[in-house]
Amino acid sequence: MVSIEVPAVAAQKTPTRGKYLLRVVALGYLALLLLLPMALLCYRAFGHGLGALWSSFTTSEARSAVVVTLIVAGCAVALNTVFGVGAAILLVRRSFPGRRILDVLVDIPQAVSPIVVGLALILVYGKFGIVGGWLERHGIQLIFSLPGIVLATAFVSLPLVVRAVAPVLAELGDEQEQAARTLGASAWHTFRRVTLPSIRDALVYGVVLALARSLGEYGAVTVVSGRVVGKTLTMTLLIDDRLQNFDQQAAYSMAVLLALLAVGALLISRRLQSRARRLV
Amino acid sequence: MSISTRNVSKRFGAFTALDDVSIDIESGSLTALVGPSGSGKSTLLRVIAGLDVADAGTVRIDEHDATHLPPQRRGVGFVFQHYAPFKHLTVYENVAFGLRVRKTPRSDVRARVAELLDLVHLEKFASRYPSQLSGGQRQRMALARALAVRPRVLLLDEPFGALDAQVRHELRLWLRRLHDEMHVTTVIVTHDQEEAMEVADEIVVLRDGRVQQVGSPDDVYDCPANDWVMSFLGPVTEFDGQLVRPHELELTTVPDDDALAAWVVRVTRVGFETRVEVDVDGKPVYAQLARDAAHLLRLAPGARVYLRHASGRAARDTPKVR
Amino acid sequence: MSRRRNSARRAGQGTGIGVGLATLYLSLLVLLPLGAVAWKAQSGGLAHAWGQVTAPQPWAALKMTLAVSVVVTLINVITGTLIAWVLVRDDFAGKRAVELLIDLPFALPTIVAGLVLLSLYGPTSPLHVDIAFTRLAIGLALLFVTLPFVVRTVQPVLMELDRDMESAAALLGASGLAVVRRVVLPNLLPAMLTGAGLAFGRAIGEFGSVSLLSGNLPFHTEVSAVNIYNQIQSDNPVGAAAQSTMLLAIAAVVLLALGLYRRRASRG
Repeated sequence: MVSIEVPAVAAQKTPTRGKYLLRVVALGYLALLLLLPMALLCYRAFGHGLGALWSSFTTSEARSAVVVTLIVAGCAVALNTVFGVGAAILLVRRSFPGRRILDVLVDIPQAVSPIVVGLALILVYGKFGIVGGWLERHGIQLIFSLPGIVLATAFVSLPLVVRAVAPVLAELGDEQEQAARTLGASAWHTFRRVTLPSIRDALVYGVVLALARSLGEYGAVTVVSGRVVGKTLTMTLLIDDRLQNFDQQAAYSMAVLLALLAVGALLISRRLQSRARRLV
Repeated sequence: MSISTRNVSKRFGAFTALDDVSIDIESGSLTALVGPSGSGKSTLLRVIAGLDVADAGTVRIDEHDATHLPPQRRGVGFVFQHYAPFKHLTVYENVAFGLRVRKTPRSDVRARVAELLDLVHLEKFASRYPSQLSGGQRQRMALARALAVRPRVLLLDEPFGALDAQVRHELRLWLRRLHDEMHVTTVIVTHDQEEAMEVADEIVVLRDGRVQQVGSPDDVYDCPANDWVMSFLGPVTEFDGQLVRPHELELTTVPDDDALAAWVVRVTRVGFETRVEVDVDGKPVYAQLARDAAHLLRLAPGARVYLRHASGRAARDTPKVR
Repeated sequence: MSRRRNSARRAGQGTGIGVGLATLYLSLLVLLPLGAVAWKAQSGGLAHAWGQVTAPQPWAALKMTLAVSVVVTLINVITGTLIAWVLVRDDFAGKRAVELLIDLPFALPTIVAGLVLLSLYGPTSPLHVDIAFTRLAIGLALLFVTLPFVVRTVQPVLMELDRDMESAAALLGASGLAVVRRVVLPNLLPAMLTGAGLAFGRAIGEFGSVSLLSGNLPFHTEVSAVNIYNQIQSDNPVGAAAQSTMLLAIAAVVLLALGLYRRRASRG
């Protein structure tokens, strides 16, 4: 018997009037809210020519802002990747009292306003904070220096790696891991050789999302940073700084750069997402 | 309420699902559309229901041209293979759906739903949700839902396909009894020829979008229109240049002028049947005997036997194997 | 349908250490700081904290923030479902690009979002539409940053929806609109509520985009997040903490309520 796939619903040749109307409304809304503003951004940024754009990127301020941002994002993402993979394994493969609580806690950062994030970190790690005060006496300053920004960025991007990896781990099931264990592999060996490769795409997807979020954080960082150029001035803070100094060109340039990074991150993550799903 | 289609054709891209299909379904009958996957039987049903639109041809329901009517207005009841329950509604609300859409007064709805739930033996499940029912129960609910609005025609698309063999068998017989009581014109699509033979008054055999044969179960089984229909509807074996049914072959250990000599290759007992594979001049032939009969003959691999096509059976029209 | 090859969860080796480390990380980064906010809020007494929240300017900011957030959330429920519908049920040139762009507000820095909206709908607008320094601007900024939430929660549910259910409803006599009203929307409701909750939570706490677009005029276009920021800058941590606790509490209550309602609304 030959089995031929027949589509359940015949493809429509021409959309009905209702469908057309819905399409126009939806796309119109997106155009006004999303597309046109972004298009204008590009126009304004490139408006004075590539030369002006390039020179605003290559100021020492801009370059150091990029470096600072990359360091901060790198540290935050590294922390959250380790946590993310570990938490995903715990939530999906292990049972322990309070598992459901952990599940809820992981999502908390998404519900917290960035300003509150900054405040919360200052209260604990600032000069007069519980931990911060103690560190201060030993000469370590967190808030208003780089580590503070790393903390703020790690806070806001915390859930992203966990939530990217966990569903894939769940769908894959632990049969492969069990097989490895019966063949004598240790827990670490199993993790490195079986678990990790199987979640690779989902992991990279989560990392890319976390990276994009970390590069673009503004609210939390604005509270905990001293905005010292070359030390604690990130790209987003630079935009704010330039706007306040009426240097529109520099602000637009940096904005375009961040926008391009965001779009790039989206493109990569979309491809990874579909690849990760196909392997399951 | 009768149904008829004339020259219905339907293509999905490069694939032809229906090719010039014309059938007539008698009012009050239970007709089965049978065929393998891809034969077009589901597509034909959906075209009758209005869920798919034919590229060419007409559909008439009860003498009215229904070809361009939307499904809402065809007066057709439909039961899907996977039941399509309204997950967010209780069993009661599922069955009441069609009545509520027609703004039937609440007391009438209550009465009708109770009547139907009684009919399908789901009275105790009225306030449950479909997710809490078994497959067989969900299908009975789907049937009750379709019948609630008194359709002129009832269409079932592989209704028992997703169920266990046991449940399938029970529901099949139950459906037949229901039909005998209610006499609604019913069309059932199935790929299971045994199901079709057991349940239907009339069978339409489809292959690759074309009607191969239309007739009663006996007609299509005993007088198949071609080799393909014959092999689709039952077991076949090639004997003496003809396609015959294995159970129509007589087997003896006594030489006979009318019979062909053969060697036994394999003997398999399945339930009350014994299937014997023999070798006739290098070609395999399969015979089927009752277990006792086979036992009496003491068949074993290597034994010499003599085969004959049982007399008194109507031979097929086409003498040669294609 | 998701094929969950579900494995039994075990308390395997390393679980204890793992849980310990995860808890430590979460505590240091999230729990302790948030707890500190609540603690700081009441450090001058509960009456004082309440006074800080209900002082004229913060209170005006809070009321305005909540009102605009509710409106924006309701708009999102409608537009988000609509966009999800078009993405799932319709096909047109450039659909994949649209799919990608929906997520842009997730990835774009809030200050860039603000800048982008300011350039098109502010004083330098080429369309001569200037809504900067108005409450409309706040609404606009919030619509931008909350755009993906409802779309992304509704879309997968819509994709998995049993089309036969809709066919069945039609065959039972329901018109196209009735099918949507009686069958499709009820099945989408849990997802819509989830998306709404997420959008609302995000909206009440938004800072970057709003501060750029609204001008932060006290008693007029100042949102809670901006007011809290000012409290921090003017060295009033208790006031800032009190308002922050208020925002957190509201977000928690809304998410909980929607979660409970969603559990009741989703069956099967």
